[in-house]
Amino acid sequence: MEELDCEPAVTWIPGVNSKRKQMCFDWGPGEMLLCETSFNKKDASEKVPSCPFIYIIRKDVDVYSKILRKLFNESHGIFIGLQRIEEELTGKSRKAQLVRVSKNYRSVIRACMEEMHQVAIAAKDPAIGRQFSSQVSILSAMELIWNLCEILFIEVAPAGPLLLHLLDWVRLHVCEVDSLSADVLGSENPSKHESFWNLVTVLVLQGRLDEARQMLSKEADANPSCASMCRILGDLMRTMPILSPGNTQTLTELELKWQHWREECERHLQDSTFAASPRLESLCKIMLGDEATLLEHKELLSNWYHFLVTRLLYSNPTVKPIDLHFYAQSSLDMFLGGESSPEPLDNILMAAFEFDIHQVIKECSIALSNWWFVAHLTDLLDHCRLLQSHNLYFGSNMREFLLLEYASGLFAHHSLWQLGVDYFDYCPELGRVSLELHIERIPLNTEQKALKVLRICEQRQMTEQVRSICKILAMKAVRNNRLGSALSWSIRAKDAAFATLVSDRFLRDYCERGCFSDLDLIDNLGPAMMLSDRLTFLGKYREFHRLYGEKRFGDAASLLLSLMTSQIAPRSFWMTLLTDALPLLEQKQVIFSSEQTYELMRCLEHLASARTGCGEPDAQRLQDDDVETTKVEMLRLALARNLARAIIREGSLEGS
Amino acid sequence: MEEIYAKFVSQKISKTRWRPVPSGSLQTAETFATGSWDNEENCVSLWSIGDFGNLDPDGGFEGDHQLLCDIRHHGDVMDLQFFDQERIVAASSTGCVTVFLHHPNNQTLSVHQQWPAAHHHSGPGSPSYSRAPCTGIVCDNPEIVTVGEDGRINLFRVDHKEAVRTIDNADSSTLHAVTFLRTPEIVTVNSIGQLKIWDFRQQGSEPCQILSLTGDRVPLHCVDRHPNQQHVVATGGQDGMLSIWDVRQGTMPVSLLKAHEAEMWEVHFHPSNPEHLFTCSEDGSLWHWDASTNGPEKSSLFHQGGRSTFLSHSISNQASVHQSLISSWLSTDPAKDRIEITSLLPSRTLSVNSLDVLGPCLVCGTDAEAIYVTRQLFS
Repeated sequence: MEELDCEPAVTWIPGVNSKRKQMCFDWGPGEMLLCETSFNKKDASEKVPSCPFIYIIRKDVDVYSKILRKLFNESHGIFIGLQRIEEELTGKSRKAQLVRVSKNYRSVIRACMEEMHQVAIAAKDPAIGRQFSSQVSILSAMELIWNLCEILFIEVAPAGPLLLHLLDWVRLHVCEVDSLSADVLGSENPSKHESFWNLVTVLVLQGRLDEARQMLSKEADANPSCASMCRILGDLMRTMPILSPGNTQTLTELELKWQHWREECERHLQDSTFAASPRLESLCKIMLGDEATLLEHKELLSNWYHFLVTRLLYSNPTVKPIDLHFYAQSSLDMFLGGESSPEPLDNILMAAFEFDIHQVIKECSIALSNWWFVAHLTDLLDHCRLLQSHNLYFGSNMREFLLLEYASGLFAHHSLWQLGVDYFDYCPELGRVSLELHIERIPLNTEQKALKVLRICEQRQMTEQVRSICKILAMKAVRNNRLGSALSWSIRAKDAAFATLVSDRFLRDYCERGCFSDLDLIDNLGPAMMLSDRLTFLGKYREFHRLYGEKRFGDAASLLLSLMTSQIAPRSFWMTLLTDALPLLEQKQVIFSSEQTYELMRCLEHLASARTGCGEPDAQRLQDDDVETTKVEMLRLALARNLARAIIREGSLEGS
Repeated sequence: MEEIYAKFVSQKISKTRWRPVPSGSLQTAETFATGSWDNEENCVSLWSIGDFGNLDPDGGFEGDHQLLCDIRHHGDVMDLQFFDQERIVAASSTGCVTVFLHHPNNQTLSVHQQWPAAHHHSGPGSPSYSRAPCTGIVCDNPEIVTVGEDGRINLFRVDHKEAVRTIDNADSSTLHAVTFLRTPEIVTVNSIGQLKIWDFRQQGSEPCQILSLTGDRVPLHCVDRHPNQQHVVATGGQDGMLSIWDVRQGTMPVSLLKAHEAEMWEVHFHPSNPEHLFTCSEDGSLWHWDASTNGPEKSSLFHQGGRSTFLSHSISNQASVHQSLISSWLSTDPAKDRIEITSLLPSRTLSVNSLDVLGPCLVCGTDAEAIYVTRQLFS
């Protein structure tokens, strides 16, 4: 065992007193049953009333959120799409595909976050509102982490573009500036707005220099005394060299230009160009990447990773990926200043900056309350071929382990189980067995649902499960006295034993009622009739009745006889068959030939001798025997008469 | 390119149905009902696709359907039909059949009529009765016909508490769907590949006609009747095959068309444009079958009301085209090849359980908890 990464959280269950009573529990898939036992904890003899409830404890509460269901469903589609990405795709096109998939996942998170936010605002109960708000912040943290992982691991941006990506990342997630900007620009006199300078500072901090410049020009218009200073600072902003996507200049050229620009900024600072306006001077210092000045604006930066990106923008815009973790660590230390300790989110981001994917996934698994995030992120990173070497000391690899956990969570849910199936499909090692175990536990309340489950099993050649599902349905149908349905299901399962059982029920019903039910089915058995001997007999016996009904006595007679001589008919049914022969024997014309009559007689004697040879008699038995004996006598008489007629007819036919 | 709008609704959708537009009006479809299944709490919901297009020419929210109202439904919604403009009939997996009434003034739904144990098993194992899912409904004001897993056929009148007519043990296997052929006659399909025609004027529990697939006994899941040619019936089976039947002749389908890879859950002729047929399946696909030829008469808007005029017109120049219009679904010659099939959903995932078409609008619902709507079917 590895050591624990953190103390497991304690969950209190209201009503259960673990101090007084011992508890017992049982694991289920995704859920746990828990109750108090009648054993007291200490040997105290006092009677403590025990809690009368059995609790169901669910591990994965998020699965039950209505809004998150959309996340699960929509991301399922993306997941399937990702698994189908051609393995042959290589290089740029593959990377572009993967980035697109990553962006799709993020947009789903965002959509979900927005909806959750709307609900949080609309909630009337403040407690519920808070609950939703906390979900919003969790989702937003997910998106933040995912985005950073996308930049560092999927996009793998090189020095130069890396910073541009990080800037976008910060702009996307520290977005209060947009509402602030709208607020200030919407006012009558923007430059007199109380947040005017905050806005300008934030724009500079985020590297949105064009917008900052426009703001400064407003200030210049309103305040002619500092117009020239504003113009100079504005020029500095305008001339700051940045890497633009379409530009072909090399990194070295850029560095050179940037160095010149920085010297110019420094010169202005030394010349005290902005001495008259501390605000403008501070902006200039920010643009020189002065850490002390940056830290003065902690409030506006709001977090250490914003600080990190701003610091890099103005001190090392062509930072290399490998140097990132060094800057990140020092930024975190500086920003927190020893006042507070890093939170889980900080640790996750730091692990990402250190390019330690496994640490990122581990920390996320601990910090987040569901498996959705880690399962999908790990899978995506695995498709980027970043995780192949890593194997766990249990189960298979990490990707599969996380997917299995997530899918099991889905299967525990009343209706999301269908999504889980596809996730299991893409777990090469343990997916199949997990699916087999889970799919059998789906409650089947309608045939339609059963058909869906069957389809899943049939597509995957899970014959054992198909059999068991059909058997369950056949059993249910028998219990409901729906013999036709039961027979259909056992035919579908190719379950000969059960088909025999159902056929027997049909025959018994026939003996009791003297007519067949469910003719539409029995008449249309077709090749399925061969499934079991009894079923064949049922089909053939019904055919006999049809022939008889159509007055095709000759055919009917030979079919009846062949049923007995070929041993298809069960011995217990022979008496019925012989009784069925009676009316044929009594017909005006001779139907059974002498040969056939001998056969019939042999059958009858078989039956009679078997009866006399067994069992001790009792009252009921004697009465039955009485009836039986009468039948046998009648049959013997009829047979003898028929034999006589047949011999005469055959003799006279030959003679003529 | 047809534009399809998707919306995830946090419930697996088992049925989607357009509310009928008043006959003779030029209105297009704008309200549809959905039923959910396999949720802990199922419901029947009404949605509006609204006409936001006028308000927002950029197309920002155009086509996004909004929830009007919903009501809890006990059990899975197995089938759903509009009885008239305001009333919706829902079949439940508990065997219950419920008529819901929509109040447009305050946008609510209420229970209008209910037959709690319309479908049930009565076996020796179950002393009272155990409920059997009701699997299909068809309405023809004022009558409602229901079928179920218990093989029973019920005929209800919306204002009668008791069933007007019940055929017990009408089928030895599960009845999957039902539709009207001509008013007192209905067609049912069952789980052993049979199509049975029943006439309510006849007493007794025997169908007046049984048609069936050949020996394979492949279960049939859905049935729809050609809106103008009442003898033409389309069914969809467990193997995803589309069968076209002519109930006037033979006991076998006129044509079998290889279609989906899994159960075909629904098949619908376009109500006013029956050269078009729509099918959806467990394999997650939704198909548009176009049997109209590529001739200039492709638009068959005339073809419902003014057939005679159209007839003389087409005989004068293109008799063959017209021939295919009359019986394109029944033709057994290679004209089959003229059926053009388009897949309507962009990527297939989980089962498409239900679809409905009305005018240029189509709605479908899936197990992936999404409702898709398009308003430009023929553009």
